[in-house]
Amino acid sequence: MSGGASASGPALPRGLSASPANRGSSALTPYLAVFAGRLEVTLQYRAAAFAGFITQCWFGVIRILIFAAFYAGGAAHAPMSLANAVTYTWLGQAFLAFLPWNADPDVAEMVRSGAIAYERLRPVDTYAWWFMRALAWSVARVLPRAALMTLFAAVLLPLVGLGKWGLPPPVSLAAAGWFAASALAMVLLSAAFTLVINIVMAATLTDRGPNTLMAPLVNLLSGAVVPLAFFPDVARPWLRAQPFAGLVDIPFSIYFGGISGWGAAGGVALQLGWTVALVLFGRAWLERVMRRLVVQGG
Amino acid sequence: MPQILVEELSKTYRIAEREPGAMGAVKGLVARRWRTIEALSDVSFQLEQGELVGLIGPNGAGKSTTIKILSGILEPTAGRCEVDGLTPWRQRVRHVARIGVVFGQRSQLWWDLPVIDGFDLLRDIYRVPQADYAATRDELVALLRLGRLLRQPVRQLSLGQRMRCEIAAALLHRPALLFLDEPTIGLDAPSKLAVREFVGRLNREHGVTVILTTHDMHDIEALAERVIVIGGGQIMADGSFDRLRSGVLAERRLFVDFEAEAPTLDWPDVRVIARDGSRLELAFDPARTPAPALIARIVAAHAVDDIHVEEPLIEEVIARFYEQHGAGEA
Amino acid sequence: MNALALYGRYAATSVRAQFSYAGMLTMMSLGQFLVTVIEFLGVWALFHRFDHILGWRLGDVALFYGLVAVTFSIGDMITRGFDVFGSVFVRTGAFDRLLLRPRSLALQLFGYELRLTRVGRFAQGAGVFAYGAWATHFAFTPAAVAILAFAVAGGVALFSGLFIMQATLSFWTVESLEAVNIFTYGGEAAAQYPMNVYAGWFRNLLTFVVPVGAVTYLPMLAAMGRPDPLGAPGWVLPLAPLAGFAFLAVALFIWRFGVRHYTSTGS
Repeated sequence: MSGGASASGPALPRGLSASPANRGSSALTPYLAVFAGRLEVTLQYRAAAFAGFITQCWFGVIRILIFAAFYAGGAAHAPMSLANAVTYTWLGQAFLAFLPWNADPDVAEMVRSGAIAYERLRPVDTYAWWFMRALAWSVARVLPRAALMTLFAAVLLPLVGLGKWGLPPPVSLAAAGWFAASALAMVLLSAAFTLVINIVMAATLTDRGPNTLMAPLVNLLSGAVVPLAFFPDVARPWLRAQPFAGLVDIPFSIYFGGISGWGAAGGVALQLGWTVALVLFGRAWLERVMRRLVVQGG
Repeated sequence: MPQILVEELSKTYRIAEREPGAMGAVKGLVARRWRTIEALSDVSFQLEQGELVGLIGPNGAGKSTTIKILSGILEPTAGRCEVDGLTPWRQRVRHVARIGVVFGQRSQLWWDLPVIDGFDLLRDIYRVPQADYAATRDELVALLRLGRLLRQPVRQLSLGQRMRCEIAAALLHRPALLFLDEPTIGLDAPSKLAVREFVGRLNREHGVTVILTTHDMHDIEALAERVIVIGGGQIMADGSFDRLRSGVLAERRLFVDFEAEAPTLDWPDVRVIARDGSRLELAFDPARTPAPALIARIVAAHAVDDIHVEEPLIEEVIARFYEQHGAGEA
Repeated sequence: MNALALYGRYAATSVRAQFSYAGMLTMMSLGQFLVTVIEFLGVWALFHRFDHILGWRLGDVALFYGLVAVTFSIGDMITRGFDVFGSVFVRTGAFDRLLLRPRSLALQLFGYELRLTRVGRFAQGAGVFAYGAWATHFAFTPAAVAILAFAVAGGVALFSGLFIMQATLSFWTVESLEAVNIFTYGGEAAAQYPMNVYAGWFRNLLTFVVPVGAVTYLPMLAAMGRPDPLGAPGWVLPLAPLAGFAFLAVALFIWRFGVRHYTSTGS
């Protein structure tokens, strides 16, 4: 699952030669190639995608039933309507695979087998290489599940008369636009987080510990456990500003109109800002880690 | 009463064939096409207690299927198999308590545990009384020179060291029957010799029946008087290795280094295999022309620097045997 | 050495091996603990907003939550061998080695690893339960304690049975195993709240088909001394955990069927 690249160099797409005419375009092509390659390979796991879809639907149902029971007791202090909570839940399940719980399994395998230093044998920027691969890995896992979940929650449920428990479309055209931008930012932010976990793994050369510590932070602070709006009002500004909020809470709130207009723009800016910060931090750290590995031996 | 009795053993697999791509996957859900593979057909042989048999054959011929059935982890489709009166796959627990199995590339010892801890755990698994265990363990440790390895975790051992521990582990419960599946693969020369020497001694002095599967023909040469050759799911030969060899390639090689350029030798009972400057490689049938007579003739006719006689390469013999019996790689 | 003693040996060996990675062990247990604490923070936040769910207050829910967390963590701790069965044993052929040992396969798989890191979840569950007991002035009568112990035992049997079923499934497929999470992790998630908050069909599925409710909700009611709001007869409540044992028996039966399939088709 390395996008076709071997330890001796990147896989250039077929038909690409090193002739002067092509040399200009070859700067990006290794990265696009590895993205496409990993995307293709990961998309092949159809049975896994279907099993994931079933599982995520189920967990969505549990959450919604719990919300419904809570709301039945009176929604006086609820920060959003039951319908919005339902929307948020379905979106959360559809995009679940974007939550950066674990390191990229390929990197974990490299750490296990001791092959990390070989990444330096490729004439590519290691961070960008890993970034594209993490991107492909998460996108390939989300696409089929999200498609199936949308089919289920936005099409099937309304069809059988359970529309009010389903997934409605974005609350307005503007919301849809901002949601698209926010979703893109979410994907990039998620990859940036995954890279951080990768680098922790490479730095510590163990493949178990780091995985478990990221998940609780991610779950809580992103709004995956409970929408951030439900937390006490005092904590709101802090919760909205921290980097993890951009993984779940910001894009989904935009979708159902919880944030709109300038708030939406600000949310997207926040997501991108944190992404850039994580990328810069990650690049610097990875460089140090790699240099140490090359000197000491991986 | 033979210890191992195999009668008309057959094993057929059905493999579902699926077309590639999305359409294929859908079609596969509705109507499946099956392909039948006959891994074994009508295999029969018997082994007495204390025999050391080599089980050889091309890849995919049915060797591992046979071993799996004999050890009890695979059920045959038809036929009868008894080991010490037990049917392996039906009386699994009783059967496996009496056999030892060594897989050349997979260790049964616990990766993170010191070797001795793994041995102790096996003692408990196999319910070996402590006194017996201690005696057997000490004997094996001495014979295989494991003393210094005992406290090391298995993951820190080299392949050769691991194999020696593996073999000891398989014998801690004193089984009467030992299966060795590629035991010398990947080992360096001294380790190979050590393993061969140990297995030979085990068989000769303790009467342990050994079934040895290997591609390394020198293992066979060193240990097995009897070989069973399996090809294409059937037995191609069952008998002494020497007889198999002479049946295939009843010739020997003669290497002659002449003082001058090698001459042309046009004798009817000799075949020239290779010529390299002043050296000739000849093939001859020792039954027709005894080696001393041939050597005398050559020396009488030409000035010779050096001569030596060799058997043809074992691998050549076996490869030719497979060819002759139409059993190439499956 | 009989089965129980051998299991003890396996467990001791596993624990020793894990302690050799002491640093990792602490970090992972800590991580586990944090995961679960944070999860409960989510529950707390919801109660902060809503005050009660169908009449149950945070303290009540904490009891249910704590019970299932403790139960699940024990079940999760002892079934690692079944959890990784597909990738570690079937795919690599290591299962053959288990078949070559004169011992029950289930015993060997239970003995594969005693996952100490689950202690994190266990601790959190016990802590949440303690909070709930304090908040609801829970009466720790001998009867209540006995019912709870029985519930935990039945629950461990149930979750073990689920992981055994997942392992059996891996004889046929490795990719789709995730679906079993619906009942393992999903069952645990659902049982964190009292079952009567769920819709009928959902509740029935999780009480009669995969009896998660029978090993958590029903006996918990009995231990609390409350009748079932949905009208189950009083005598059923403390005996309900039997369903967990029954489920385990079924799982082991199916497991044997799976092993038979493996030994007749080869790996």
